[in-house]
Amino acid sequence: MKPETATHSTTERTLHTANEVILRPERSLTALAVSRLVKNRLAVLGLVILCALIVAATMAPLLTRYSPTAMDTSNRFQPPSLEHLMGTDQFGRDLLSRIVYAGRVSLTVGIISVGVAGLLGTIMGLTSAYYGGWWDLLVSRLMDVLFAFPPVLLAIAIMAALGQNITNVMIAIGIVNTPIFARVVRATAMGVSGRLFVEAAQALGASNRRIILKHVFPNCLPPLIVQTTVAFAWAVIAEAALSFLGLGTRPPTPSWGRILDEGRNVMEYAPWQPVFAGLAIMITVFSLNVLGDGLRDALDPESTR
Amino acid sequence: MIRYVAYRLLLAVPVLFGISLVVFLLIQMIPGDVVSALLGMRTSPEAAAALRRMFGLDQPLPVQYARWAGAILRGDLGHSLRTGLPVSYLLASRLVVTAELAGLGVLLAVLFGMPLGVIAALRQNTTTDYVATSGALVGLSMPDFWLGTLLVLVFSIRLRWLPPTGYVPFSVDPLQNLKLMLMPAVTLAGGSASYIMRMTRSLLLEVLSKDYVRTARGKGLPERTVVYAHAFRNALVPILSVVGQQLGYLMGGVVIVEAIFAVPGIGRTALESIYNRDYPVVMGVVLLIALIYVVINLVVDLLAAIVDVRIREQIASPGR
Repeated sequence: MKPETATHSTTERTLHTANEVILRPERSLTALAVSRLVKNRLAVLGLVILCALIVAATMAPLLTRYSPTAMDTSNRFQPPSLEHLMGTDQFGRDLLSRIVYAGRVSLTVGIISVGVAGLLGTIMGLTSAYYGGWWDLLVSRLMDVLFAFPPVLLAIAIMAALGQNITNVMIAIGIVNTPIFARVVRATAMGVSGRLFVEAAQALGASNRRIILKHVFPNCLPPLIVQTTVAFAWAVIAEAALSFLGLGTRPPTPSWGRILDEGRNVMEYAPWQPVFAGLAIMITVFSLNVLGDGLRDALDPESTR
Repeated sequence: MIRYVAYRLLLAVPVLFGISLVVFLLIQMIPGDVVSALLGMRTSPEAAAALRRMFGLDQPLPVQYARWAGAILRGDLGHSLRTGLPVSYLLASRLVVTAELAGLGVLLAVLFGMPLGVIAALRQNTTTDYVATSGALVGLSMPDFWLGTLLVLVFSIRLRWLPPTGYVPFSVDPLQNLKLMLMPAVTLAGGSASYIMRMTRSLLLEVLSKDYVRTARGKGLPERTVVYAHAFRNALVPILSVVGQQLGYLMGGVVIVEAIFAVPGIGRTALESIYNRDYPVVMGVVLLIALIYVVINLVVDLLAAIVDVRIREQIASPGR
């Protein structure tokens, strides 16, 4: 096999160039999808909000006047004012600072847990669809078992087993998301693996690795991108839910779910605390949802918009 | 049809085995075991060892699993470390509460989601459609624990219309029971109603663009007949399976909703047992919720297959 590889890859390259000359559309599919996306005002809004949230989280120390953990007992339960835009909590801590810093936690948990779950799920989905056999059977049954738990309950049970800290929150959310990514990628890869261009690449002697990466994987990208926004939105909700239930991040680390839970106990005096904390979660999830909807429409090859 | 049912039931067996394995292993991962949770720090090593022998914890893991799984198959979920009561007894009494809550939740989700979805689809691109669609978008983005908190803030603390928490059995005082269940049920239904609305709208729109709907209109049938007899009936099968999925999904939501409103159902039992490190109850309740989830999904799939012949015929290629 080895000596022939060179000739084959040359042939393949020629084929690619030929393809590009003959079949290359006036605009690439990516450019087409991007132009569809920017025409979707709601999706653009989602993207803008998301970018603003990321900027706010990364530049938190520059944007806030108070430390998120500094207590000031003479200023407890202050309603929103120019001094404290979102008021203060039962320890006199500035709520705006706490919510901005909590955004760091939420986004970090989301990015890492979804990133790892997406990577693992994609590898599992691609390989199980392409190779089939016992590996596919194993992956499929494993997914069936993990799908048999309501997602929130699975995350709660994993947290109960691993113990309460932020790494375990990421692990729990990652474990719940992995089979979802694997299923989405596997379903698409399954359809692609039987197509002629894959057979052609196999006939040309391309390695399995190359076929999976260059031919199968790019075709799985559209559903994968959409699933990433959905998974991210769920990760933000799940992190908040776990902290809300007292199973997530430990105090004094600010977390939206925890601020909301603490606010619930003092709602009679400080209704702004649960309102602002929940609003932060909802705006984040909303931006991801509309962005996901927009991407789904933009990446759909049958879409006419 | 019988072949399809048998096939689906057979497929559920390895899943159930897998669930029990996952639950068992999760509990094994907890640092410390039942004995240290039971006796705490103040104990002699001899007493702990004796108790471990009594519980069979000195046996190798596969043996422990086999014993545990065997007991479950006989309906024995063990005893609560806290109260000493059989876990199955505890769960049975609390399952009724959760069943009522989930039932009300699905009912509300369908009552709001489906009609709004139909209206939005029939008046596509009008103000009504935009209002309903954006409402659903907000509903989908709103975490249930926040919706529940806001309801308590408005209706219990500000308006003082409804008690914030508590539970009275329906058999004792039906009116008070419904009053107390209203906010939990609405909280549980919020996300599902939004999802059902969106799915109903898009599924109905898809059917309305089909050729046979154009034919029906071309025949001069009244719009009512076209929409309800031709379009809606065909969209109903996928809509119903969406509803079924949501019922399963609500089984996860009950954990959070029951915690907010102090409803004594299995969701609250799950959390309480986790806080109390009452492992036999944790295992029992997680197993039960997963089992309900699997059964609901199975029933939904079977119902879909009864209505739609195409699904039944897909089993020609198992494993796909």
